[in-house]
Amino acid sequence: MPGAFVNTTRKSVYHYDYRRSRDQDSRGVVRHPVVVVGAGPVGLAAAIDLALHGVPVILLDDADRIGEGSRGICWSKRTLEILDRLGVGERLVAQGVTWKLGKVFCGDELLFSFDLLPEAGHKMPAFINLQQFYLEKALVDRALEIDNLELRWKNRVTGLDRLNDGARLTIETPDGSYRLDADWLIAADGARSTVRGLLGLDFAGVTFEDKFLIADVRMAADIPTERRFWFAPTFHSGQSALMHRQPDDVWRVDLQLGPDADPVAEQDPQRVRARLDKVLTSHPYELEWVSIYTFNCRRLDRFVHDRVIFVGDAAHQVSPFGARGANSGIQDAENLAWKLAAFIKGESGDGLIASYEIERIQAADENIGHSTRSTDFMSPRSSAERRLRDAVLELAPQAEFARRMVNSGRLSVATVYDSPLSTPDETDFAGTAKLGAPLPDAPLMQENGTPTHLLDNLHGQFQVVYVKDGARPRAPEGLALSVIGEDYLDHTGIFAQRLDATPGATYLVRPDQHLCARWRQFDPAAVARAHRRALQR
Amino acid sequence: MPKLVTASQFPDPDAAYLALVEARRNLSDAEASQLDTRLVLILANHIGDLGVLREAIALAKQAA
Repeated sequence: MPGAFVNTTRKSVYHYDYRRSRDQDSRGVVRHPVVVVGAGPVGLAAAIDLALHGVPVILLDDADRIGEGSRGICWSKRTLEILDRLGVGERLVAQGVTWKLGKVFCGDELLFSFDLLPEAGHKMPAFINLQQFYLEKALVDRALEIDNLELRWKNRVTGLDRLNDGARLTIETPDGSYRLDADWLIAADGARSTVRGLLGLDFAGVTFEDKFLIADVRMAADIPTERRFWFAPTFHSGQSALMHRQPDDVWRVDLQLGPDADPVAEQDPQRVRARLDKVLTSHPYELEWVSIYTFNCRRLDRFVHDRVIFVGDAAHQVSPFGARGANSGIQDAENLAWKLAAFIKGESGDGLIASYEIERIQAADENIGHSTRSTDFMSPRSSAERRLRDAVLELAPQAEFARRMVNSGRLSVATVYDSPLSTPDETDFAGTAKLGAPLPDAPLMQENGTPTHLLDNLHGQFQVVYVKDGARPRAPEGLALSVIGEDYLDHTGIFAQRLDATPGATYLVRPDQHLCARWRQFDPAAVARAHRRALQR
Repeated sequence: MPKLVTASQFPDPDAAYLALVEARRNLSDAEASQLDTRLVLILANHIGDLGVLREAIALAKQAA
């Protein structure tokens, strides 16, 4: 995410106390199954998910507070579904600003608007906006409720030795350093990852020269809750601008400054105010926070290095346009957590860990691709490229095809994995459910008439979802079974429509709610085979 | 298999050429270039086939 930060102190910072751990007083080096480095959104999600899968986790962070660092504000539906499974989704949605309407302007004219979730029947909204420190606070609160998760603040990793079957860490604390062994080390320590540096891994990609001013302002304004993006607005000559609402009457303003902007001079409050006054005409506002950023699109060549596994910004970086940074990191965490848990419990083969890399590199490349294309559109690299971009904007009011080319950031949706874990379809399925993707949500009703949602009932384990067609079948060993039409009623028909569900249709769903096999009829042998395949056993 | 049609398709090629000439008559270089860029986008969408578009780009580059 954003590069250099200086400036104003955040008002909402949560402090946590450093506490000496038993491991520091132990004679030998204590060994743990999993150590996660970095208690940002990604490390917290990974640690909580693993702990909920029954794996004890140590989570280390070099700070003793949250509220500082990079500033994601936009959380996508898929991320919210994951966070809901981890137990904080409803709290975040209640706290956040829900939005689904985006407007794109050229100059001061509205070019078009888009609705990100045009259909009903999903528990989670398309997007919420919420300051990253609130999300981290919710995750820390959740982490503190979980017995086999230990959060250690002010524990800074300074050394890393690779072991045959693990990693040995040297950790600096306020009362000296100690060592810790981990069977598995998850590096969630961000764009400037210490672990990545200690392993000497190359982090290559494209650096974009354009600089952006990012400002959070507090302002009571009666402006609708929607994402507004301008190409060449009159209030910000020749560049792009973005404005977005957050809770607490805070608004995010993001202004493109061009490659030659001086990062220090541009953060001068007077200069910032001069720019913002033009955007926020006639609304009095308070400056909360300001930064200048540039960005990179890059990723590690491999995410799995023996027993050290990279997730989030430590593994890949994209531009902020499209909400693909923290969102994709949380999706990394979810993808890894159940796989590592299954492997540690001896339920899977080596291929399952390898599939983390296959699936999440596919997602990272997709995100980098989208991000690069958005950037090419927003920041043309030459006058010839700018002419082409401007031609698209000129045609957009009259021609639908040109509107579809206008790219102010393609907003994050879940990747459809081409995965070795999926069993290819034998028959065609219509609907919106896709093999290798999270199941689309749908409203259901419990037997007793209580309303619920499909994804609410797919929790961290392999599940067979079966559409009633006569007697209740017996699920193969190790698989939970839900019968639609018996355990849950598809009272709106939306489930049937989205999953193209006919009587007897059978779906095998991974612990991360992704569809990995489906059939028109229930065949226990086929289900067991697909289950083994999904565990690479 | 190439799909780009390079054989003449206009019954009256001179008339087609004239239409393009007239479109840019009295335009500055910059204006003509902007016009051409919009035309490229419109025609590319009308073709609607990425393979054909790529072949056309390759031919245009090669002819320079």
